[in-house]
Amino acid sequence: MDWRRFSFIGFIIVFLFTVVVLIGGGRVSPAIIISSMLTTTIAVATPLTLGALSGIFCERAGVVNIGIEGMMLAAAFFGWLAAIYMNTIFKFSPNTSLWVGVLAAILTGGLFALLHAWLSITFKVDQIIGGTVINILAVGVTGFLNRQMFFGEGSIFGGNVPHAPGLLPSLSKWLAPLCGGPEGCLGLPGMIQGTFLDQKPVAIAAIVLVVVAHQVLFNTRWGLRTRAVGEHPKAADTVGINVYRTRYINVVIGGMLAGLAGAYFTIESVPSFEPLMTNGRGFISLAAMIFGNWTPFGAWAAALVFGASQALQINLQFFRDAIPPQWAFLQHAYIVGLAPYVLTMLILTGIIGKTTPPAADGQPYEK
Amino acid sequence: MSEKPIVLEACGITKKFPGVLANDRINFDLRQGEVHALLGENGAGKSTLMNILYGLYAADSGEIKVNGQTLVLNSPRDAIQHGIGMVHQHFMLIPVFTVTENIMLGAETDHRSQKSNSPLVRLDRKQVSQMVRDLSRQYGLDVDPDAIVGDLPVGVQQRVEIVKALYRKANILILDEPTAVLTPQEADELFRIVRQLTARGVSVIFISHKLKEVLTIADRITVMRGGRVVGATTPQESDEHQLASMMVGREVILSVEKEAAQPKEDVLVVENLHVRDVRDLEAVRGVSFKVRAGEILGIAGVQGNGQTELAEALTGLRHIESGTVQLAGRDLTNRPPRVFTETGLAHIPEDRQRHGLVLGYSVADNMVLCDYYRPPFGVRGVLQQNVLDENARKLIRDFDVRTPSPYVAAGKLSGGNQQKVIVARELSRPVKLVIANQPTRGLDVGSIEYIHKEIVLMRDQGVAVLLISAELDEIMSLSDRIAVMYHGQIVTTVDAKSVTREQLGLWMAGVQPEKA
Repeated sequence: MDWRRFSFIGFIIVFLFTVVVLIGGGRVSPAIIISSMLTTTIAVATPLTLGALSGIFCERAGVVNIGIEGMMLAAAFFGWLAAIYMNTIFKFSPNTSLWVGVLAAILTGGLFALLHAWLSITFKVDQIIGGTVINILAVGVTGFLNRQMFFGEGSIFGGNVPHAPGLLPSLSKWLAPLCGGPEGCLGLPGMIQGTFLDQKPVAIAAIVLVVVAHQVLFNTRWGLRTRAVGEHPKAADTVGINVYRTRYINVVIGGMLAGLAGAYFTIESVPSFEPLMTNGRGFISLAAMIFGNWTPFGAWAAALVFGASQALQINLQFFRDAIPPQWAFLQHAYIVGLAPYVLTMLILTGIIGKTTPPAADGQPYEK
Repeated sequence: MSEKPIVLEACGITKKFPGVLANDRINFDLRQGEVHALLGENGAGKSTLMNILYGLYAADSGEIKVNGQTLVLNSPRDAIQHGIGMVHQHFMLIPVFTVTENIMLGAETDHRSQKSNSPLVRLDRKQVSQMVRDLSRQYGLDVDPDAIVGDLPVGVQQRVEIVKALYRKANILILDEPTAVLTPQEADELFRIVRQLTARGVSVIFISHKLKEVLTIADRITVMRGGRVVGATTPQESDEHQLASMMVGREVILSVEKEAAQPKEDVLVVENLHVRDVRDLEAVRGVSFKVRAGEILGIAGVQGNGQTELAEALTGLRHIESGTVQLAGRDLTNRPPRVFTETGLAHIPEDRQRHGLVLGYSVADNMVLCDYYRPPFGVRGVLQQNVLDENARKLIRDFDVRTPSPYVAAGKLSGGNQQKVIVARELSRPVKLVIANQPTRGLDVGSIEYIHKEIVLMRDQGVAVLLISAELDEIMSLSDRIAVMYHGQIVTTVDAKSVTREQLGLWMAGVQPEKA
């Protein structure tokens, strides 16, 4: 990641924030707007950050994974399903059920990734095809099971969607005993508290994982070997590194990260599942990975840009009444909603500088 | 020599691949502190044997002993553990990593007294780079541990490979065709390093098909052919001729036999040519020369001095900034390649796999790449398969291409046979000029001999030949006149008979010739 790229990202984020402040500024104090924007930005960037990390682990090891979208979707469904089963059938407490749901989501992502690894590493299937298989499979399986279990006659839950166990609590709830009341926390200013402490566990985990992924990739033996396998597998082989094993493990790690991103959708963001609810986030993650030049911090920064543009859309709805007449077109949410996708296309055209993928990215290794 | 203990011994190694017996009961041994050369043509089974010794392949039968102890080598890791290191022909280095990272890869904690098995162990770059510094001082191998490998010249990358083996405490070093990618100066430097290594007790297996260097560096020589050991000798007891005939299995004419040239009219006239390279830097800077019918003009020079761009400009493949190219009296400056071909150009390109052949096409199709669109091969846009077939069979016979059938994909042939397909296609057409760029790079002695003979034959038929080569021997034995290229310019042009190897070497290194 070069500084040019980081400053470009900084510029876009500041620009998006400024737009909201300018629009809402008449009626709401800028501090509140910025705090609200920050909170939303970090929250909605969560699945993108995790998705990008997922891509980084796979592609740094030399396996292209366009199946992240499908892995997220499947994990969102099975995580949610597990939580409901734990809560309604096995009568566990909502909290325990939700945590089991998160685990189930991670496991689902890992299993789908194992399928991808099996196809692309063992059978050397074209990795784009392998990823597409995962995406189609996930849409089909989740759509089918969702209908079979929850809707219509003869469905397992008899046509009523059971009550979901709710959502994971935010960090400030956990820290409540420490904070001595919900209003003041360790004497931190409200804005910090709002932005960071009101985040939920998956969002916090995503940020922690960015730092962990960076350390693992660039400062540990595993990371050195992973990158070697993605750059020049034959060279890695000649110094005794098991290329296939290294790739398998990294793809599965990637799948588990995508699984955690899936948990964000149904266990942390909203307490329900809808078919196709990941809505292209997996692909935007890949754009963030590319824009971040396959580095965790870079990808995180790129994910925040996408997060900010989505936060813009969400926050404009809050300040809808405050939008001055000359900005009236912004009232149509879909115009602003286009922003992340337009940004994706812009980034992929390479106008903000070229990025370099790992040299052996997407190439099956023949001994 | 013979008092030194044997450090490595291979007995009765046999290895079959589908359809080929790559190694047939090979016996080979290596004594401490010696250079044992393994000589053989491409496909003789040298690399297979070394890959077995390095644990990359498993032998079907036979045994390997290191320091008298019989070993089973299942992976390179086992070989490394027993002190065997290998420098592959195509370097096994990761271009985006630093020297230190490349060296520590796979042996990240080997420098510690307590090795760690945790995959998440922290990399200790500082200590390893200090070790690299120590090793490079100790063995006289100059490398900068913090440099990015991709930025280093090949000669230095090779040193990194050697340090990589030494860091793993290798005392047996296998060098696979180590000079193939080096300039003559870099090769001399490598020989100095090898002598320093052996002086410190390292034993070296030196794989090569180049006779001269084997005679220079080896203490003992083992010759392989067709998967078998066909002879063992020493440099004192043997010479180039004897080695060559052992290697090929018949008498080989090493020097090209040719009559004096009978040059006639100018065929290629190049005037004040300026060409830019892919990075948009000026690679050819004002080159002028002529090639006459019935002569061979050799262009000598260390690779990367503008020869590639010159050849591309002269074949219509690269834009000419300024200057003119005339072929057979027609001005062809910046005309498309097909016009060159139709005017009478035969081009043997530098990279035969990328620019000479369509690897996925059959041999028969590759043989009509220049002519497919016109009769007799293409009639009103339809390929005449029977004519293609006839043409291919005739060329395969005439040019001795070893292929199972005309319909085998060109990519499946050996390097020498691929080159023969190109030579057959280009030289079988009625041409006035042949541009041959590195025509024998990476080929075995037999194929080199054949292609040299064909080139001289073209000359004797009155064709003009422009030969571009980084191999001084090739330039000196084939050319009638020699032009030396340095830094995008032609330093001087001389009569081939009146110049010495040393003199050419100096000009190639940029020393200005005295004005006569």
